[in-house]
Amino acid sequence: MTASRDDRTTLLSVEGLGISFGGLKAVNDVSFAVKPGEIVSVIGPNGAGKTTLFNMISGVYQPGAGRISLNGEEVTGMEPHLLARRGMSRTFQNLQIFQSMTVLENAISGFHLQERGSVLADLLGLPASRRRAGAAEEGARKLLARVRLEEEADREAGNLSYGSLKRLEIARAMASQPKILLLDEPAAGCNAVETEEIDHLIAEIAASGVAILLVEHDMKMVMRISNHIVVLDHGEKIAEGDPATVSRDPAVIAAYLGAEARTGGDHA
Amino acid sequence: MKMTPKLATLLVLGALVLLAPFLFPSNFYYRVGSLIFVNAIAVTGIVILTGYAGQISLGHAGFAGIGAYACALAPAHFGIHPALAVVLGAAISGLLAWLVGRPILRLKGYYLGVATLGLGILISMMLNNERQLTRGPDGIDVPELGMRALLKGWGLDLTNGQFWYYFCGLCMILGAWLALNLHDSPSGRALRALHGSEIAARTVGVDVARMKLQAFVISAVYASVSGSLLALQNKFITPDVAGFMHSIEMVTMAVLGGVGSVLGAIFGAAILTLLPQVLTIFAEYEQLVLGLVMMLVMIFLREGLLPSILRKLRRKGE
Repeated sequence: MTASRDDRTTLLSVEGLGISFGGLKAVNDVSFAVKPGEIVSVIGPNGAGKTTLFNMISGVYQPGAGRISLNGEEVTGMEPHLLARRGMSRTFQNLQIFQSMTVLENAISGFHLQERGSVLADLLGLPASRRRAGAAEEGARKLLARVRLEEEADREAGNLSYGSLKRLEIARAMASQPKILLLDEPAAGCNAVETEEIDHLIAEIAASGVAILLVEHDMKMVMRISNHIVVLDHGEKIAEGDPATVSRDPAVIAAYLGAEARTGGDHA
Repeated sequence: MKMTPKLATLLVLGALVLLAPFLFPSNFYYRVGSLIFVNAIAVTGIVILTGYAGQISLGHAGFAGIGAYACALAPAHFGIHPALAVVLGAAISGLLAWLVGRPILRLKGYYLGVATLGLGILISMMLNNERQLTRGPDGIDVPELGMRALLKGWGLDLTNGQFWYYFCGLCMILGAWLALNLHDSPSGRALRALHGSEIAARTVGVDVARMKLQAFVISAVYASVSGSLLALQNKFITPDVAGFMHSIEMVTMAVLGGVGSVLGAIFGAAILTLLPQVLTIFAEYEQLVLGLVMMLVMIFLREGLLPSILRKLRRKGE
Protein backbone atom coordinates (compact mmCIF):
# COMPACT_ATOMS: atom_id res chain seq x y z
CA MET A 1 0.00 0.00 0.00
CA THR A 2 1.42 3.39 -0.90
CA ALA A 3 1.39 5.75 2.05
CA SER A 4 1.45 8.81 -0.15
CA ARG A 5 0.03 11.33 2.26
CA ASP A 6 -0.76 11.35 5.96
CA ASP A 7 -2.80 8.15 5.67
CA ARG A 8 -3.60 8.07 9.36
CA THR A 9 -5.80 11.11 9.27
CA THR A 10 -7.27 10.40 5.85
CA LEU A 11 -10.63 8.65 6.09
CA LEU A 12 -11.58 8.43 2.44
CA SER A 13 -9.12 8.73 -0.36
CA VAL A 14 -9.99 8.72 -4.05
CA GLU A 15 -7.14 8.32 -6.53
CA GLY A 16 -7.35 8.66 -10.31
CA LEU A 17 -11.01 7.61 -10.36
CA GLY A 18 -12.66 7.35 -13.78
CA ILE A 19 -15.60 5.79 -15.62
CA SER A 20 -16.83 5.85 -19.21
CA PHE A 21 -20.30 5.30 -20.56
CA GLY A 22 -20.24 4.21 -24.21
CA GLY A 23 -16.95 5.94 -24.96
CA LEU A 24 -17.89 9.13 -23.12
CA LYS A 25 -15.64 9.80 -20.15
CA ALA A 26 -18.19 10.76 -17.49
CA VAL A 27 -15.50 11.06 -14.83
CA ASN A 28 -11.78 11.13 -15.56
CA ASP A 29 -8.79 10.92 -13.23
CA VAL A 30 -10.35 12.51 -10.14
CA SER A 31 -8.40 12.43 -6.88
CA PHE A 32 -9.10 13.93 -3.46
CA ALA A 33 -9.19 13.00 0.21
CA VAL A 34 -11.57 13.47 3.14
CA LYS A 35 -10.57 13.61 6.81
CA PRO A 36 -12.76 12.78 9.82
CA GLY A 37 -15.11 15.59 10.85
CA GLU A 38 -14.42 17.49 7.65
CA ILE A 39 -17.06 18.77 5.23
CA VAL A 40 -15.86 18.32 1.66
CA SER A 41 -18.09 19.54 -1.17
CA VAL A 42 -18.03 18.48 -4.79
CA ILE A 43 -19.37 21.21 -7.06
CA GLY A 44 -19.60 21.78 -10.77
CA PRO A 45 -22.08 22.64 -13.50
CA ASN A 46 -24.88 20.21 -14.40
CA GLY A 47 -23.49 17.10 -16.07
CA ALA A 48 -20.03 17.60 -14.59
CA GLY A 49 -20.10 14.06 -13.21
CA LYS A 50 -20.79 14.76 -9.53
CA THR A 51 -23.49 12.15 -9.00
CA THR A 52 -21.53 9.63 -11.12
CA LEU A 53 -18.55 10.20 -8.84
CA PHE A 54 -20.80 9.61 -5.82
CA ASN A 55 -22.19 6.44 -7.34
CA MET A 56 -18.69 5.08 -7.84
CA ILE A 57 -17.57 5.93 -4.33
CA SER A 58 -20.69 4.37 -2.80
CA GLY A 59 -20.41 1.18 -4.85
CA VAL A 60 -23.43 1.71 -7.10
CA TYR A 61 -21.19 1.90 -10.21
CA GLN A 62 -18.00 -0.07 -10.78
CA PRO A 63 -15.21 2.45 -11.49
CA GLY A 64 -13.39 1.96 -14.79
CA ALA A 65 -10.12 3.26 -13.39
CA GLY A 66 -8.52 4.37 -10.15
CA ARG A 67 -8.90 3.31 -6.55
CA ILE A 68 -10.90 4.23 -3.49
CA SER A 69 -9.79 3.51 0.03
CA LEU A 70 -11.73 3.86 3.23
CA ASN A 71 -9.87 3.92 6.53
CA GLY A 72 -6.72 2.64 4.82
CA GLU A 73 -8.52 -0.34 3.25
CA GLU A 74 -9.04 -0.54 -0.50
CA VAL A 75 -12.77 -0.64 -1.23
CA THR A 76 -12.84 0.04 -4.99
CA GLY A 77 -16.02 -1.37 -6.55
CA MET A 78 -17.20 -2.93 -3.29
CA GLU A 79 -20.94 -3.61 -2.92
CA PRO A 80 -22.89 -0.90 -1.09
CA HIS A 81 -23.95 -3.20 1.77
CA LEU A 82 -20.31 -4.09 2.43
CA LEU A 83 -19.35 -0.42 2.36
CA ALA A 84 -22.12 0.22 4.90
CA ARG A 85 -20.45 -2.29 7.23
CA ARG A 86 -17.19 -0.35 6.83
CA GLY A 87 -18.81 2.92 7.83
CA MET A 88 -20.07 4.55 4.64
CA SER A 89 -23.60 5.83 4.29
CA ARG A 90 -25.34 8.05 1.75
CA THR A 91 -28.47 9.89 0.68
CA PHE A 92 -29.83 10.30 -2.83
CA GLN A 93 -30.46 13.22 -5.13
CA ASN A 94 -33.81 11.76 -6.15
CA LEU A 95 -35.18 10.62 -2.79
CA GLN A 96 -34.98 6.89 -2.10
CA ILE A 97 -37.46 6.63 0.76
CA PHE A 98 -39.34 3.42 1.58
CA GLN A 99 -42.67 5.01 0.63
CA SER A 100 -45.07 2.41 1.99
CA MET A 101 -43.38 2.25 5.39
CA THR A 102 -44.02 4.63 8.25
CA VAL A 103 -41.50 7.35 9.05
CA LEU A 104 -40.41 5.37 12.10
CA GLU A 105 -39.92 2.18 10.09
CA ASN A 106 -37.80 4.09 7.58
CA ALA A 107 -35.57 5.26 10.39
CA ILE A 108 -35.43 1.78 11.95
CA SER A 109 -34.35 0.37 8.57
CA GLY A 110 -31.22 2.45 8.91
CA PHE A 111 -30.29 0.30 11.90
CA HIS A 112 -30.30 -2.85 9.78
CA LEU A 113 -26.67 -3.68 10.52
CA GLN A 114 -27.26 -3.49 14.27
CA GLU A 115 -30.64 -5.22 14.33
CA ARG A 116 -30.20 -7.99 11.75
CA GLY A 117 -30.09 -11.57 12.97
CA SER A 118 -31.28 -15.05 12.11
CA VAL A 119 -34.38 -15.12 9.90
CA LEU A 120 -35.59 -18.14 11.85
CA ALA A 121 -35.60 -16.17 15.10
CA ASP A 122 -37.51 -13.44 13.25
CA LEU A 123 -40.13 -15.87 11.92
CA LEU A 124 -40.70 -17.36 15.35
CA GLY A 125 -40.75 -13.94 17.00
CA LEU A 126 -38.16 -15.09 19.54
CA PRO A 127 -37.26 -12.71 22.38
CA ALA A 128 -33.80 -12.17 20.83
CA SER A 129 -35.43 -10.91 17.64
CA ARG A 130 -37.76 -8.57 19.55
CA ARG A 131 -34.90 -7.26 21.64
CA ARG A 132 -32.93 -6.36 18.51
CA ALA A 133 -35.96 -4.69 16.97
CA GLY A 134 -36.73 -2.87 20.22
CA ALA A 135 -33.23 -1.45 20.50
CA ALA A 136 -33.38 -0.30 16.89
CA GLU A 137 -36.73 1.40 17.47
CA GLU A 138 -35.37 3.26 20.47
CA GLY A 139 -32.39 4.47 18.44
CA ALA A 140 -34.66 5.42 15.55
CA ARG A 141 -36.90 7.56 17.78
CA LYS A 142 -33.86 9.41 19.08
CA LEU A 143 -32.69 10.07 15.53
CA LEU A 144 -36.13 11.28 14.49
CA ALA A 145 -36.07 13.72 17.39
CA ARG A 146 -32.69 14.93 16.19
CA VAL A 147 -34.08 15.76 12.74
CA ARG A 148 -37.33 17.08 14.27
CA LEU A 149 -39.57 14.38 12.84
CA GLU A 150 -40.63 12.69 16.08
CA GLU A 151 -44.20 14.00 15.69
CA GLU A 152 -44.49 12.31 12.29
CA ALA A 153 -43.18 8.91 13.43
CA ASP A 154 -46.34 6.94 12.70
CA ARG A 155 -47.29 8.62 9.42
CA GLU A 156 -46.77 6.84 6.14
CA ALA A 157 -43.52 8.24 4.73
CA GLY A 158 -45.07 8.88 1.32
CA ASN A 159 -47.28 11.60 2.85
CA LEU A 160 -44.45 13.77 4.17
CA SER A 161 -43.35 17.09 2.73
CA TYR A 162 -40.28 17.15 0.52
CA GLY A 163 -38.10 18.87 3.10
CA SER A 164 -39.14 16.38 5.79
CA LEU A 165 -38.29 13.48 3.51
CA LYS A 166 -34.84 14.94 2.93
CA ARG A 167 -34.30 15.07 6.70
CA LEU A 168 -35.71 11.56 7.08
CA GLU A 169 -33.19 10.29 4.55
CA ILE A 170 -30.36 11.89 6.51
CA ALA A 171 -31.67 10.33 9.72
CA ARG A 172 -31.81 6.90 8.07
CA ALA A 173 -28.26 7.33 6.77
CA MET A 174 -27.05 8.38 10.24
CA ALA A 175 -28.59 5.30 11.88
CA SER A 176 -25.75 3.01 10.82
CA GLN A 177 -23.37 5.33 12.71
CA PRO A 178 -21.25 6.01 9.64
CA LYS A 179 -17.75 7.39 9.67
CA ILE A 180 -18.44 9.14 6.41
CA LEU A 181 -21.75 10.37 5.08
CA LEU A 182 -22.29 11.11 1.38
CA LEU A 183 -25.04 13.66 0.81
CA ASP A 184 -26.24 14.08 -2.77
CA GLU A 185 -27.95 17.48 -3.04
CA PRO A 186 -29.57 17.42 0.41
CA ALA A 187 -31.08 20.87 -0.08
CA ALA A 188 -32.32 20.47 -3.67
CA GLY A 189 -35.95 21.48 -3.96
CA CYS A 190 -36.10 22.76 -0.40
CA ASN A 191 -37.25 26.26 0.52
CA ALA A 192 -35.04 28.72 2.41
CA VAL A 193 -36.20 27.59 5.85
CA GLU A 194 -35.78 23.91 5.04
CA THR A 195 -32.34 24.58 3.55
CA GLU A 196 -31.24 26.32 6.71
CA GLU A 197 -32.47 23.40 8.81
CA ILE A 198 -30.49 20.94 6.72
CA ASP A 199 -27.51 23.29 6.83
CA HIS A 200 -27.53 23.20 10.66
CA LEU A 201 -28.04 19.46 10.67
CA ILE A 202 -24.98 18.86 8.46
CA ALA A 203 -22.80 21.12 10.60
CA GLU A 204 -24.01 19.29 13.71
CA ILE A 205 -23.20 15.87 12.23
CA ALA A 206 -19.74 17.00 11.15
CA ALA A 207 -19.10 18.44 14.60
CA SER A 208 -19.75 14.98 16.05
CA GLY A 209 -16.73 13.70 14.08
CA VAL A 210 -18.45 12.27 11.01
CA ALA A 211 -16.83 13.18 7.70
CA ILE A 212 -19.23 14.64 5.14
CA LEU A 213 -18.91 14.48 1.38
CA LEU A 214 -21.45 16.81 -0.17
CA VAL A 215 -22.79 17.45 -3.65
CA GLU A 216 -24.86 20.62 -3.63
CA HIS A 217 -26.09 23.27 -6.03
CA ASP A 218 -26.85 25.87 -3.40
CA MET A 219 -23.56 27.82 -3.58
CA LYS A 220 -24.32 29.92 -0.53
CA MET A 221 -24.66 26.79 1.53
CA VAL A 222 -21.54 25.20 0.04
CA MET A 223 -19.40 28.27 0.67
CA ARG A 224 -20.74 28.62 4.22
CA ILE A 225 -20.29 25.09 5.53
CA SER A 226 -17.49 23.45 3.50
CA ASN A 227 -13.92 23.05 4.78
CA HIS A 228 -12.74 21.95 1.39
CA ILE A 229 -14.18 22.13 -2.12
CA VAL A 230 -13.50 19.97 -5.18
CA VAL A 231 -14.63 21.46 -8.49
CA LEU A 232 -15.52 19.21 -11.43
CA ASP A 233 -16.18 20.19 -15.02
CA HIS A 234 -16.76 17.75 -17.87
CA GLY A 235 -15.77 14.90 -15.55
CA GLU A 236 -12.37 16.35 -14.64
CA LYS A 237 -11.19 18.06 -11.49
CA ILE A 238 -10.40 21.66 -12.43
CA ALA A 239 -9.75 23.07 -8.95
CA GLU A 240 -9.59 22.16 -5.28
CA GLY A 241 -9.12 24.13 -2.07
CA ASP A 242 -10.88 26.04 0.68
CA PRO A 243 -13.99 28.06 -0.23
CA ALA A 244 -12.14 31.38 -0.51
CA THR A 245 -9.46 29.98 -2.83
CA VAL A 246 -11.91 28.12 -5.03
CA SER A 247 -14.26 31.06 -5.43
CA ARG A 248 -11.33 33.18 -6.70
CA ASP A 249 -10.00 30.53 -9.08
CA PRO A 250 -10.31 31.80 -12.65
CA ALA A 251 -10.97 28.34 -14.07
CA VAL A 252 -13.82 27.84 -11.62
CA ILE A 253 -15.30 31.24 -12.33
CA ALA A 254 -15.16 30.51 -16.05
CA ALA A 255 -16.70 27.05 -15.76
CA TYR A 256 -19.23 27.50 -13.04
CA LEU A 257 -19.53 30.64 -10.99
CA GLY A 258 -19.28 32.75 -14.13
CA ALA A 259 -22.16 30.94 -15.70
CA GLU A 260 -24.06 31.29 -12.45
CA ALA A 261 -23.39 35.03 -12.36
CA ARG A 262 -24.47 35.52 -15.96
CA THR A 263 -27.84 33.85 -15.36
CA GLY A 264 -28.53 36.29 -12.53
CA GLY A 265 -27.18 34.23 -9.66
CA ASP A 266 -29.99 35.39 -7.37
CA HIS A 267 -30.16 31.99 -5.68
CA ALA A 268 -26.41 31.62 -5.53
CA MET B 1 -52.34 -6.50 25.94
CA LYS B 2 -52.16 -3.94 23.16
CA MET B 3 -54.28 -4.67 20.09
CA THR B 4 -51.60 -4.85 17.40
CA PRO B 5 -52.48 -5.56 13.75
CA LYS B 6 -50.81 -8.96 14.24
CA LEU B 7 -53.02 -9.89 17.17
CA ALA B 8 -56.11 -8.59 15.36
CA THR B 9 -55.36 -10.69 12.28
CA LEU B 10 -54.83 -13.83 14.32
CA LEU B 11 -58.02 -13.26 16.32
CA VAL B 12 -60.06 -12.69 13.17
CA LEU B 13 -58.67 -15.87 11.58
CA GLY B 14 -59.21 -17.90 14.74
CA ALA B 15 -62.78 -16.66 15.13
CA LEU B 16 -63.58 -17.40 11.48
CA VAL B 17 -62.21 -20.93 11.66
CA LEU B 18 -64.18 -21.66 14.86
CA LEU B 19 -67.44 -19.89 14.03
CA ALA B 20 -67.85 -20.69 10.32
CA PRO B 21 -69.03 -24.32 10.96
CA PHE B 22 -72.17 -22.93 12.69
CA LEU B 23 -73.23 -21.51 9.33
CA PHE B 24 -72.46 -24.61 7.26
CA PRO B 25 -75.60 -25.84 5.46
CA SER B 26 -74.02 -29.28 5.07
CA ASN B 27 -70.93 -31.28 5.97
CA PHE B 28 -69.63 -30.68 2.46
CA TYR B 29 -68.57 -27.22 3.58
CA TYR B 30 -65.94 -28.63 5.95
CA ARG B 31 -64.27 -29.85 2.80
CA VAL B 32 -64.57 -26.42 1.12
CA GLY B 33 -63.19 -24.81 4.27
CA SER B 34 -60.15 -27.04 4.41
CA LEU B 35 -59.44 -26.35 0.72
CA ILE B 36 -59.55 -22.64 1.48
CA PHE B 37 -57.05 -23.11 4.32
CA VAL B 38 -54.72 -25.18 2.15
CA ASN B 39 -54.72 -22.47 -0.51
CA ALA B 40 -54.34 -19.80 2.19
CA ILE B 41 -51.10 -21.43 3.36
CA ALA B 42 -49.56 -21.28 -0.13
CA VAL B 43 -50.81 -17.72 -0.55
CA THR B 44 -49.25 -16.64 2.76
CA GLY B 45 -45.93 -17.73 1.27
CA ILE B 46 -46.66 -15.55 -1.76
CA VAL B 47 -47.29 -12.62 0.60
CA ILE B 48 -43.77 -13.03 1.99
CA LEU B 49 -42.17 -13.32 -1.45
CA THR B 50 -44.25 -10.84 -3.43
CA GLY B 51 -45.92 -8.65 -0.82
CA TYR B 52 -42.91 -8.15 1.43
CA ALA B 53 -39.93 -8.61 -0.91
CA GLY B 54 -41.56 -7.57 -4.20
CA GLN B 55 -40.37 -10.65 -6.10
CA ILE B 56 -42.61 -12.61 -8.44
CA SER B 57 -42.72 -16.38 -8.85
CA LEU B 58 -44.76 -18.03 -11.60
CA GLY B 59 -43.85 -21.56 -10.63
CA HIS B 60 -44.74 -21.97 -6.98
CA ALA B 61 -47.09 -24.85 -7.78
CA GLY B 62 -43.93 -26.82 -8.54
CA PHE B 63 -43.06 -26.69 -4.85
CA ALA B 64 -46.63 -27.69 -3.96
CA GLY B 65 -46.10 -30.66 -6.30
CA ILE B 66 -42.92 -31.63 -4.47
CA GLY B 67 -44.71 -31.43 -1.12
CA ALA B 68 -47.65 -33.46 -2.42
CA TYR B 69 -45.61 -36.21 -4.08
CA ALA B 70 -43.27 -36.43 -1.09
CA CYS B 71 -46.32 -37.57 0.90
CA ALA B 72 -47.24 -40.10 -1.77
CA LEU B 73 -43.77 -41.50 -2.49
CA ALA B 74 -41.66 -41.21 0.67
CA PRO B 75 -43.90 -43.45 2.85
CA ALA B 76 -44.12 -46.06 0.08
CA HIS B 77 -40.43 -46.11 -0.85
CA PHE B 78 -38.62 -45.22 2.38
CA GLY B 79 -41.25 -46.41 4.80
CA ILE B 80 -41.34 -43.11 6.69
CA HIS B 81 -44.43 -41.71 8.40
CA PRO B 82 -46.51 -39.33 6.23
CA ALA B 83 -45.99 -36.54 8.79
CA LEU B 84 -42.23 -36.89 8.29
CA ALA B 85 -42.80 -36.90 4.54
CA VAL B 86 -44.30 -33.40 4.90
CA VAL B 87 -41.04 -32.26 6.52
CA LEU B 88 -38.97 -34.06 3.88
CA GLY B 89 -40.97 -32.41 1.07
CA ALA B 90 -40.52 -29.00 2.69
CA ALA B 91 -36.78 -29.60 3.01
CA ILE B 92 -36.45 -30.63 -0.65
CA SER B 93 -38.53 -27.65 -1.78
CA GLY B 94 -36.47 -25.28 0.34
CA LEU B 95 -33.22 -26.73 -0.96
CA LEU B 96 -34.37 -26.57 -4.58
CA ALA B 97 -35.53 -22.97 -4.12
CA TRP B 98 -32.13 -22.15 -2.65
CA LEU B 99 -30.26 -23.78 -5.54
CA VAL B 100 -32.40 -22.13 -8.21
CA GLY B 101 -32.73 -18.79 -6.46
CA ARG B 102 -29.07 -18.28 -5.61
CA PRO B 103 -27.80 -17.43 -9.10
CA ILE B 104 -31.01 -15.69 -10.22
CA LEU B 105 -31.63 -13.42 -7.27
CA ARG B 106 -28.26 -11.74 -7.72
CA LEU B 107 -29.73 -10.23 -10.88
CA LYS B 108 -32.14 -7.34 -10.87
CA GLY B 109 -35.52 -7.37 -12.55
CA TYR B 110 -38.01 -10.08 -13.37
CA TYR B 111 -35.60 -12.95 -13.95
CA LEU B 112 -37.09 -14.83 -11.02
CA GLY B 113 -40.52 -14.84 -12.67
CA VAL B 114 -39.16 -16.33 -15.88
CA ALA B 115 -36.90 -18.85 -14.15
CA THR B 116 -39.63 -20.06 -11.78
CA LEU B 117 -42.00 -20.36 -14.73
CA GLY B 118 -39.50 -22.79 -16.27
CA LEU B 119 -38.92 -24.60 -12.99
CA GLY B 120 -42.66 -25.09 -12.41
CA ILE B 121 -43.17 -26.50 -15.90
CA LEU B 122 -40.16 -28.77 -15.46
CA ILE B 123 -41.48 -30.24 -12.20
CA SER B 124 -44.94 -30.65 -13.67
CA MET B 125 -43.50 -32.46 -16.72
CA MET B 126 -41.44 -34.76 -14.52
CA LEU B 127 -44.48 -35.73 -12.46
CA ASN B 128 -46.42 -36.42 -15.67
CA ASN B 129 -43.71 -38.39 -17.46
CA GLU B 130 -41.86 -40.40 -14.81
CA ARG B 131 -44.57 -43.04 -14.85
CA GLN B 132 -42.66 -45.79 -13.03
CA LEU B 133 -42.29 -43.47 -10.07
CA THR B 134 -45.30 -41.15 -10.12
CA ARG B 135 -47.81 -43.19 -12.17
CA GLY B 136 -48.09 -40.19 -14.51
CA PRO B 137 -51.18 -38.08 -15.17
CA ASP B 138 -53.56 -40.65 -13.64
CA GLY B 139 -52.34 -39.74 -10.19
CA ILE B 140 -51.20 -41.76 -7.21
CA ASP B 141 -52.59 -42.83 -3.83
CA VAL B 142 -51.42 -41.07 -0.69
CA PRO B 143 -51.36 -42.88 2.67
CA GLU B 144 -53.53 -41.89 5.61
CA LEU B 145 -51.92 -39.40 8.01
CA GLY B 146 -53.34 -41.38 10.92
CA MET B 147 -53.82 -38.43 13.19
CA ARG B 148 -57.61 -38.75 13.26
CA ALA B 149 -57.32 -42.24 14.74
CA LEU B 150 -54.86 -40.85 17.29
CA LEU B 151 -57.31 -38.11 18.30
CA LYS B 152 -60.08 -40.68 18.53
CA GLY B 153 -57.93 -42.62 20.98
CA TRP B 154 -57.82 -39.45 23.08
CA GLY B 155 -61.58 -39.21 23.02
CA LEU B 156 -61.91 -36.58 20.27
CA ASP B 157 -64.07 -38.17 17.60
CA LEU B 158 -64.13 -36.05 14.42
CA THR B 159 -65.44 -36.93 10.97
CA ASN B 160 -62.82 -36.94 8.23
CA GLY B 161 -64.11 -33.59 6.91
CA GLN B 162 -64.09 -32.01 10.37
CA PHE B 163 -60.59 -33.24 11.15
CA TRP B 164 -59.08 -31.78 8.00
CA TYR B 165 -61.03 -28.56 8.43
CA TYR B 166 -59.67 -27.90 11.93
CA PHE B 167 -56.20 -29.28 11.22
CA CYS B 168 -55.67 -27.18 8.07
CA GLY B 169 -57.23 -24.20 9.85
CA LEU B 170 -54.68 -24.56 12.62
CA CYS B 171 -51.83 -24.88 10.12
CA MET B 172 -53.07 -21.75 8.30
CA ILE B 173 -53.13 -19.74 11.54
CA LEU B 174 -49.65 -21.01 12.40
CA GLY B 175 -48.43 -19.95 8.94
CA ALA B 176 -50.06 -16.55 9.32
CA TRP B 177 -48.46 -16.13 12.75
CA LEU B 178 -44.99 -16.81 11.33
CA ALA B 179 -45.55 -14.41 8.42
CA LEU B 180 -46.81 -11.69 10.77
CA ASN B 181 -43.84 -12.18 13.08
CA LEU B 182 -41.60 -11.74 10.08
CA HIS B 183 -43.38 -8.58 8.92
CA ASP B 184 -42.30 -6.43 11.86
CA SER B 185 -38.99 -8.15 12.49
CA PRO B 186 -35.57 -6.93 11.32
CA SER B 187 -35.59 -9.42 8.43
CA GLY B 188 -39.11 -8.47 7.37
CA ARG B 189 -38.23 -4.80 7.47
CA ALA B 190 -35.20 -5.47 5.29
CA LEU B 191 -37.41 -7.32 2.79
CA ARG B 192 -39.93 -4.50 2.66
CA ALA B 193 -37.07 -2.02 2.39
CA LEU B 194 -35.55 -3.69 -0.66
CA HIS B 195 -39.05 -3.81 -2.14
CA GLY B 196 -39.39 -0.05 -1.66
CA SER B 197 -35.95 0.90 -2.94
CA GLU B 198 -33.32 -1.68 -3.63
CA ILE B 199 -30.50 0.83 -3.82
CA ALA B 200 -31.44 2.50 -0.55
CA ALA B 201 -31.73 -0.90 1.15
CA ARG B 202 -28.23 -1.76 -0.03
CA THR B 203 -26.79 1.47 1.32
CA VAL B 204 -28.21 0.83 4.79
CA GLY B 205 -26.38 -2.49 4.71
CA VAL B 206 -29.05 -4.95 3.51
CA ASP B 207 -27.50 -7.88 1.65
CA VAL B 208 -30.23 -7.75 -0.98
CA ALA B 209 -29.41 -11.01 -2.80
CA ARG B 210 -29.32 -12.93 0.48
CA MET B 211 -32.58 -11.49 1.80
CA LYS B 212 -34.43 -12.19 -1.46
CA LEU B 213 -33.13 -15.75 -1.40
CA GLN B 214 -34.38 -16.23 2.16
CA ALA B 215 -37.84 -14.97 1.20
CA PHE B 216 -37.90 -17.27 -1.82
CA VAL B 217 -36.92 -20.33 0.24
CA ILE B 218 -39.48 -19.55 2.95
CA SER B 219 -42.27 -19.10 0.42
CA ALA B 220 -41.30 -22.37 -1.31
CA VAL B 221 -41.64 -24.16 2.02
CA TYR B 222 -45.14 -22.66 2.48
CA ALA B 223 -46.16 -23.92 -0.99
CA SER B 224 -44.69 -27.35 -0.25
CA VAL B 225 -46.62 -27.71 3.03
CA SER B 226 -49.78 -26.59 1.25
CA GLY B 227 -49.28 -29.30 -1.40
CA SER B 228 -48.61 -31.92 1.28
CA LEU B 229 -51.80 -31.07 3.16
CA LEU B 230 -53.82 -31.24 -0.06
CA ALA B 231 -52.40 -34.66 -0.90
CA LEU B 232 -52.92 -36.03 2.60
CA GLN B 233 -56.54 -34.94 2.88
CA ASN B 234 -57.45 -36.13 -0.64
CA LYS B 235 -55.48 -39.37 -0.10
CA PHE B 236 -54.79 -39.06 -3.81
CA ILE B 237 -52.84 -36.64 -5.95
CA THR B 238 -52.37 -35.89 -9.66
CA PRO B 239 -49.67 -33.79 -11.36
CA ASP B 240 -52.23 -30.96 -11.72
CA VAL B 241 -51.14 -29.80 -8.28
CA ALA B 242 -47.84 -28.69 -9.86
CA GLY B 243 -49.47 -27.26 -13.00
CA PHE B 244 -49.00 -23.78 -14.36
CA MET B 245 -52.64 -22.87 -13.67
CA HIS B 246 -52.15 -23.64 -9.99
CA SER B 247 -49.12 -21.29 -9.88
CA ILE B 248 -51.15 -18.53 -11.48
CA GLU B 249 -54.03 -19.22 -9.09
CA MET B 250 -51.74 -18.67 -6.08
CA VAL B 251 -50.53 -15.32 -7.36
CA THR B 252 -54.06 -14.31 -8.38
CA MET B 253 -55.49 -15.10 -4.96
CA ALA B 254 -52.79 -13.08 -3.24
CA VAL B 255 -53.04 -10.10 -5.56
CA LEU B 256 -56.85 -10.10 -5.54
CA GLY B 257 -57.09 -10.06 -1.74
CA GLY B 258 -54.11 -7.77 -1.18
CA VAL B 259 -50.60 -9.14 -1.53
CA GLY B 260 -49.14 -6.80 1.09
CA SER B 261 -51.40 -8.09 3.85
CA VAL B 262 -51.62 -11.60 5.26
CA LEU B 263 -55.32 -11.26 6.08
CA GLY B 264 -56.04 -9.75 2.65
CA ALA B 265 -54.31 -12.54 0.79
CA ILE B 266 -56.13 -15.19 2.82
CA PHE B 267 -59.37 -13.35 2.02
CA GLY B 268 -58.42 -13.61 -1.67
CA ALA B 269 -57.76 -17.33 -1.27
CA ALA B 270 -61.19 -17.76 0.32
CA ILE B 271 -63.00 -15.91 -2.44
CA LEU B 272 -61.31 -17.69 -5.31
CA THR B 273 -61.72 -21.10 -3.68
CA LEU B 274 -65.39 -20.47 -2.87
CA LEU B 275 -66.50 -18.92 -6.16
CA PRO B 276 -66.13 -22.03 -8.33
CA GLN B 277 -67.84 -24.13 -5.61
CA VAL B 278 -70.76 -21.77 -5.20
CA LEU B 279 -71.21 -20.57 -8.76
CA THR B 280 -71.26 -23.93 -10.46
CA ILE B 281 -73.44 -22.37 -13.14
CA PHE B 282 -70.42 -20.33 -14.17
CA ALA B 283 -68.25 -23.43 -14.54
CA GLU B 284 -67.92 -22.83 -18.27
CA TYR B 285 -67.02 -19.21 -17.79
CA GLU B 286 -64.89 -19.54 -14.67
CA GLN B 287 -61.64 -18.38 -16.31
CA LEU B 288 -63.52 -15.56 -18.01
CA VAL B 289 -65.07 -14.30 -14.78
CA LEU B 290 -61.74 -14.60 -12.98
CA GLY B 291 -59.92 -12.61 -15.63
CA LEU B 292 -62.56 -9.90 -15.51
CA VAL B 293 -62.47 -9.71 -11.70
CA MET B 294 -58.68 -9.45 -11.75
CA MET B 295 -58.77 -6.65 -14.31
CA LEU B 296 -61.33 -4.68 -12.36
CA VAL B 297 -59.43 -5.09 -9.10
CA MET B 298 -56.17 -4.00 -10.69
CA ILE B 299 -57.82 -0.95 -12.22
CA PHE B 300 -59.94 0.20 -9.30
CA LEU B 301 -58.51 -1.39 -6.15
CA ARG B 302 -54.83 -1.69 -6.89
CA GLU B 303 -53.72 -2.71 -3.40
CA GLY B 304 -56.14 -5.64 -3.47
CA LEU B 305 -59.69 -6.03 -2.15
CA LEU B 306 -59.17 -6.00 1.60
CA PRO B 307 -56.57 -3.21 1.98
CA SER B 308 -58.53 -0.99 -0.41
CA ILE B 309 -61.80 -1.57 1.41
CA LEU B 310 -60.19 -0.94 4.81
CA ARG B 311 -58.62 2.28 3.55
CA LYS B 312 -61.97 3.51 2.24
CA LEU B 313 -63.66 2.69 5.55
CA ARG B 314 -60.94 4.49 7.49
CA ARG B 315 -61.34 7.59 5.31
CA LYS B 316 -65.08 7.54 5.89
CA GLY B 317 -64.47 7.27 9.63
CA GLU B 318 -62.33 10.42 9.68
